[in-house]
Amino acid sequence: MRVESSTLMAAIFLDVPWAVVLILLPLAGALVCFISPAVAKSVVLLTVFANTVSVAGLAWQVMENGVYRHAVGGWGAPLGIDLYADGLSLLMLLMTALVGLAVSVYSTAYFDQPQAARFWPLWLLLLTALNALFLAADIFNIYVTLELMGLSAVALSALSGGKDALGGAMRYLLATLLGSLLFLFGVALLYHGFGSVDIIILGQRIVASPIVWAALALITAGLTLKTALFPLHFWLPPAHASAPAPVSAVLSALVVKASFYILLRLWLEFFAPLGVEDIGTLLGLLGAAAVLWGSVQALRQSRLKLLVAYSTVAQIGYLFLAFPLAVGSNVTAWNAVACLALSHALAKAAMFLVAGNLLRFGGHDRIADLDRVVQRLPLTVAAFALAGMSIMGLPPSGGFVGKWLLLEAALIQGRWDLAAVMMIGGLMAAGYVFKVLGFAFTQANIPQKSKAVPATMEWAALLLAVAAVLLGFLAVPLLALVGMGMPFGSSEVGP
Amino acid sequence: MIWNTWLPLLMVASSLLPGLVIFGLAEERLRLRTALNLLGAVAKLVLVGWMLWGVYNGQHYETRLPLLPDLELVLRAGPLSLLFVTLSAVLWLLTTIYAIGYLEGSPHRSRFFGFFSLCVTATVGVAMSGNLITFLLFYELLTLSTYPLIVHRGTEEARRAGHSYLIYTLCGGATLLLGTVWLYTLTGSLEFTPRGFIHTVGEEHRLALVIIFILMIGGLGVKAALVPLHGWLPRAMVAPAPVSALLHAVAVVKAGAFGIVRVVYEVFGVERAAILGLTGPLAVVAAVTIIYGSLRALFQDDLKRRLAFSTVSQVSYIVLGVAIVGPVATIGGVVHLVHQGLMKITLFFCAGNVAETLGIHKISEMNGVGRRMPWTMAAFTVGALGMIGAPPIAGFISKWYLGQGALEVGQNWVVLVLAGSSLLNAAYFLPILHRAWFLEPPANWPHEHDFGNKETAWTLLLPPVITACLALVAGLLAAAPFSPLEWAQLISRREFYQP
Amino acid sequence: MNVAFLYTLVGVGLFCLGLYALIVQAHLLRKILAFNIMGSGIFLVLVALAKRSGNAIPDPVPHAMVITGIVVAVSATALALTLILKLTTETGKAELPDEGGE
Repeated sequence: MRVESSTLMAAIFLDVPWAVVLILLPLAGALVCFISPAVAKSVVLLTVFANTVSVAGLAWQVMENGVYRHAVGGWGAPLGIDLYADGLSLLMLLMTALVGLAVSVYSTAYFDQPQAARFWPLWLLLLTALNALFLAADIFNIYVTLELMGLSAVALSALSGGKDALGGAMRYLLATLLGSLLFLFGVALLYHGFGSVDIIILGQRIVASPIVWAALALITAGLTLKTALFPLHFWLPPAHASAPAPVSAVLSALVVKASFYILLRLWLEFFAPLGVEDIGTLLGLLGAAAVLWGSVQALRQSRLKLLVAYSTVAQIGYLFLAFPLAVGSNVTAWNAVACLALSHALAKAAMFLVAGNLLRFGGHDRIADLDRVVQRLPLTVAAFALAGMSIMGLPPSGGFVGKWLLLEAALIQGRWDLAAVMMIGGLMAAGYVFKVLGFAFTQANIPQKSKAVPATMEWAALLLAVAAVLLGFLAVPLLALVGMGMPFGSSEVGP
Repeated sequence: MIWNTWLPLLMVASSLLPGLVIFGLAEERLRLRTALNLLGAVAKLVLVGWMLWGVYNGQHYETRLPLLPDLELVLRAGPLSLLFVTLSAVLWLLTTIYAIGYLEGSPHRSRFFGFFSLCVTATVGVAMSGNLITFLLFYELLTLSTYPLIVHRGTEEARRAGHSYLIYTLCGGATLLLGTVWLYTLTGSLEFTPRGFIHTVGEEHRLALVIIFILMIGGLGVKAALVPLHGWLPRAMVAPAPVSALLHAVAVVKAGAFGIVRVVYEVFGVERAAILGLTGPLAVVAAVTIIYGSLRALFQDDLKRRLAFSTVSQVSYIVLGVAIVGPVATIGGVVHLVHQGLMKITLFFCAGNVAETLGIHKISEMNGVGRRMPWTMAAFTVGALGMIGAPPIAGFISKWYLGQGALEVGQNWVVLVLAGSSLLNAAYFLPILHRAWFLEPPANWPHEHDFGNKETAWTLLLPPVITACLALVAGLLAAAPFSPLEWAQLISRREFYQP
Repeated sequence: MNVAFLYTLVGVGLFCLGLYALIVQAHLLRKILAFNIMGSGIFLVLVALAKRSGNAIPDPVPHAMVITGIVVAVSATALALTLILKLTTETGKAELPDEGGE
């Protein structure tokens, strides 16, 4: 009987449409939080916890049954909206769930009441948009979720209401709207050319022609603007640095990854079959410039949040270095991207939460005036050190695994220029991480009053950073997960 | 056999777990912290003993964990690993005792001992690593865990010393990483194999192999303080004495030298390296370091800085032994790993003693110290004489084998370098001994701590006396079974003849 | 030259005009207007491309996309206007504040 009931439970667990739950649950949560701010905190915690469970459920489903495809409302493609989950989507969903969980817990202690009432519904809306984006199967649905994500992110950036925050949010809004419009134009052209917006179908039908080139150029331009690839990164530092700490964490960790995810998927489905080594080379070049420029700028900053924001610009460059390196059926470069994306999300979110802690502690985030925080906020400094390990690419950490794989891909193809960029980027990252850590040990020139930092905030940051380091030991199962289904693996799309 | 798979990992964990717990202890929990420290150190010694016994009886210990799609984390107990691990375990116990005494009453001890334990964890990992990626992992961990020890005092000077340390070691780590990944793309394997594993690489990659060697030796040479990559070492003397002792005798510098030994013998294979023309330049670099280090030491008045330059010079004996392609020279180089560790840690313990007890930091202040602190200076004398190469202390044995080995393969110039170095060592050690024993002490010491009738605290006195005795015994009983020398002979045989 | 093609050209032209204005104009309200014009241009292109040959019923899917797009544009404009209002209250003028040198 026991065996039967556990397999029965397993069968029930497998039958739940986790993909639908992933979208509807945060949406419902957002509405509840908006209507009734009093229960918002509990609703949010419940929702993000359930979100994590749902991602696990979906992962199990995909591992058992293969790539998942679900037609919402019974209307299939090309008219209806399909939900699609393979290894890559699962990676992104997992990233969102983990970072979301930690940031939500952190935010329960961070915000005071008037801001909190505005934060919770917006955050759950953002979560809905992210989940829907990672599960979308057609490019128009991607446009809608992209806009939803962008608008809620802009609203979240403006939350603190000061002049800097509003200015940063406005810049962000202009950039994100422009990016979306360029993307939409591309979608329109593609639909006109091939009669469908479904990604798989388009991938099968696409052939080179001037309209397709135009569409792909527009889409690439829009998405690279949203991902803040050099030189279109100008909007990122002001927005990420002036937003409240949990918002910055989510922006750097998740939102920029979403547009990168779209670019990656479209690249693998559309671009690669068309033979676009030139665009790959261009992206790689811009990625290299991003690594170098972002790191140099980060070294020059005297405020912690700006330093971390420029670090994001640099780390995104690493992701783009994979494009010129992914040749033929060799998946090393894409494996590197998977590891780098996930570890960066965890580590960067941890770093922004640390900045929030330091801001709460001393009332400022000037690096040179970190008054012996290593002794007074040891958990926070430990979180920064561990997150820094991943950002620098030092072992053992997820960042190291990603760096190793990317270096391997570069050296196999004799790309010495890219290998040099990676090494220099790593050393400059060490420069700015240890700049902060060094000052954490010394005394400030002016004695300062300090406020207590709630343990929740410290532990949330620390656990995220520990996760980034532990990822270094979990690379093999992670890459097995990512390899399921298109586009990294070779298994066919399920029914 | 479950122990065969997990014992190496347990060895690493025996200092990691106490370290993590110590981080969480409040400053005042003195007894618990001391207990945890000593427990970890003793546990590690016990495990080392067990492993030695098992290997002697033919057991095979290896831990393999998946790390990357085609690479594993490998911890293995081979003769070279065991040599380094035993040295580390013994010296860690003694340094722990010393550090407990030295830091009596200092702030932030929980943080210190936490990172101290992490440092030893990394060293044990370096010693037991079975392939290059495991080595690299623990090597970088070593950098990260020693940095907080160097900046421990929190002064601006400490911060800048740490800054300089990081620049050197992280650049070194980056070059080592680049070389390792490149080698992996050429050979598809990174496992340490006696006599090397690059014979599968064809002739067309000859230049690549040469550059890889330079990258790796460069990366390792930073920690091993090869000239001109040694700049961080004298500056790191701002750290407390137990840190300097550990860094110089056991952890950082030895890890670099150990890495060079591994790369030359078990990655390239010393004969292959010679064919590629790499061992000659390496020997020259080692010789230059030996002489340069000794020359700089002559002009230092600060005691710890003089010892730092002496380390720069002495560690290159190991590199020299490696670079001379001959079994006898190998013995000399490998056994010097142990001998130099024992002697140098003695010297640093003594330097810490005179600084803590009498406030002496400069050699010019050391007049008549021998009368006031006889046991300490006796230990110092043993260490210093061993450095010079006076029999029957261990240092003599290493120099003898190095010289013999050089003559055997016709590299006669090495003997001149060894002789010159011994002379210089005498030139900078003998004056210290003369001052300490034969000159009148001043009326007042710079800053005296009162220990009553005793010379100094027993925790500060016992470790240097023990290590000095060990250095003496290692030399006197070098021909006995289980001496470091016997061990080194075993290792040399594996690298030069079929195992 | 049929009507659909003309509409497409006008749509593209609107898009480009809007893009130019977005980059060049400093006043935020004008930037938002420029966005709306760009959006309208794309919608026009979509509608034009929906025409099928002969007297067949036009393809409904792009029409649906246009409706969705209009809804999205309205929400985005609403958010943008609120932000402009708050920014003007804070700084006194409706322009992007200079990036502060920190």
